Amino acid sequence: MIKSLDPRITRAEINLENTIEPLRDLDQWETYEVFHQKKRGDQHMHVGIVHAPNAEMAFIFGKEQFGRRGLSVNIWVVKTRDVYVSDYEDSDIYDTVPEKNYREAGGYKVMDKINKFKKGF
Amino acid sequence: MNQNTTDAIKELLYKMADDLLIIGHRNSEWTGLGPILEEDISFSSMAQDKIGQAQALYVLLNELGEQEPDTVAFMRNANQFHNSQLVELPNGEYDFSLVRHFLFDHADQLRFEALANSSYEPLAKVARKVKGELKYHVFHGNTWFVKLGSANEESHNRMQAAFNEAWNYALGMFEPSKNEDLLIGEGIFEGEETLQEKWLANITPYIIKAGISIPSSETWKPVYGGRVGNHTNHLSPLVEEMSEVFRYDPTAEW
Repeated sequence: MIKSLDPRITRAEINLENTIEPLRDLDQWETYEVFHQKKRGDQHMHVGIVHAPNAEMAFIFGKEQFGRRGLSVNIWVVKTRDVYVSDYEDSDIYDTVPEKNYREAGGYKVMDKINKFKKGF
Repeated sequence: MNQNTTDAIKELLYKMADDLLIIGHRNSEWTGLGPILEEDISFSSMAQDKIGQAQALYVLLNELGEQEPDTVAFMRNANQFHNSQLVELPNGEYDFSLVRHFLFDHADQLRFEALANSSYEPLAKVARKVKGELKYHVFHGNTWFVKLGSANEESHNRMQAAFNEAWNYALGMFEPSKNEDLLIGEGIFEGEETLQEKWLANITPYIIKAGISIPSSETWKPVYGGRVGNHTNHLSPLVEEMSEVFRYDPTAEW
């Protein structure tokens, strides 16, 4: 038995010979992604992950892990396995041929007019 | 305010504050030992909330002429505490701690809810302030209680056994005080009997949902005594452990 300065540990009668075995499938809850909103109207932001047996419990844990310091007004939880994740190997799909200023916002001449108009004040 | 009223309010504040301090301490004993990390943090965080609620009430007592909150919390002996015996019982396994948390927090939420309209404004103010915390605590308790009560045979049996063990102690939370009539008459508090009725009505749907059975009412034997300082022999070691550091040097600044 472990004898500790912390009386709770001693009381728990923890056997040192306990071998630690990996959890079986059903003993390990799945994970939920937690998103919180700092104030109403803001976008929800990803803040972390919790283990939980269901969405309600994931909210309970999410609130306490990430919202207990009063930083949240709203929380979303989503099963991790329901999130479609793109592959980093495919990150070249975000590359684009640069010579297409006709489809970039900077290409719109109207900005010049707007800026000119603003300066007029 | 006349002396009788002041005494009645003090009695009410003491029993509420002591309930919260003791259950807060008990629940905090799970810190680092909880079943999983997320629940460990949640339960510990709620335990801190409870200590904070207790402190707010000790501050009110201090304003009514009692000693400093820390002194009141840490320098009394077990027989000077007014908590119900329910909250001083050892944590046991997590099933018992959860059942107690469920039964206590429903009562606590209803008590504060009633006090939000108390004619004793300082207490009404505290009651309104803790509303959100209590809502979360009760939500947490309900979720676990229903989930484990109905999950599988082992969890159900454990929850039912813990429930049976806690039941008469839980009824003891509503030990009538000698000041019931005064508190009701002056619009300070609705009284223990009304509170118990509301509590039963509130917890019953969750108990049904969890598939737990309430012991039949002829067998109910509320465990009274805590409110007047009669406690189980579990309270004294708790108080000693809780106040060990404070008593080592009561004048230390933290």
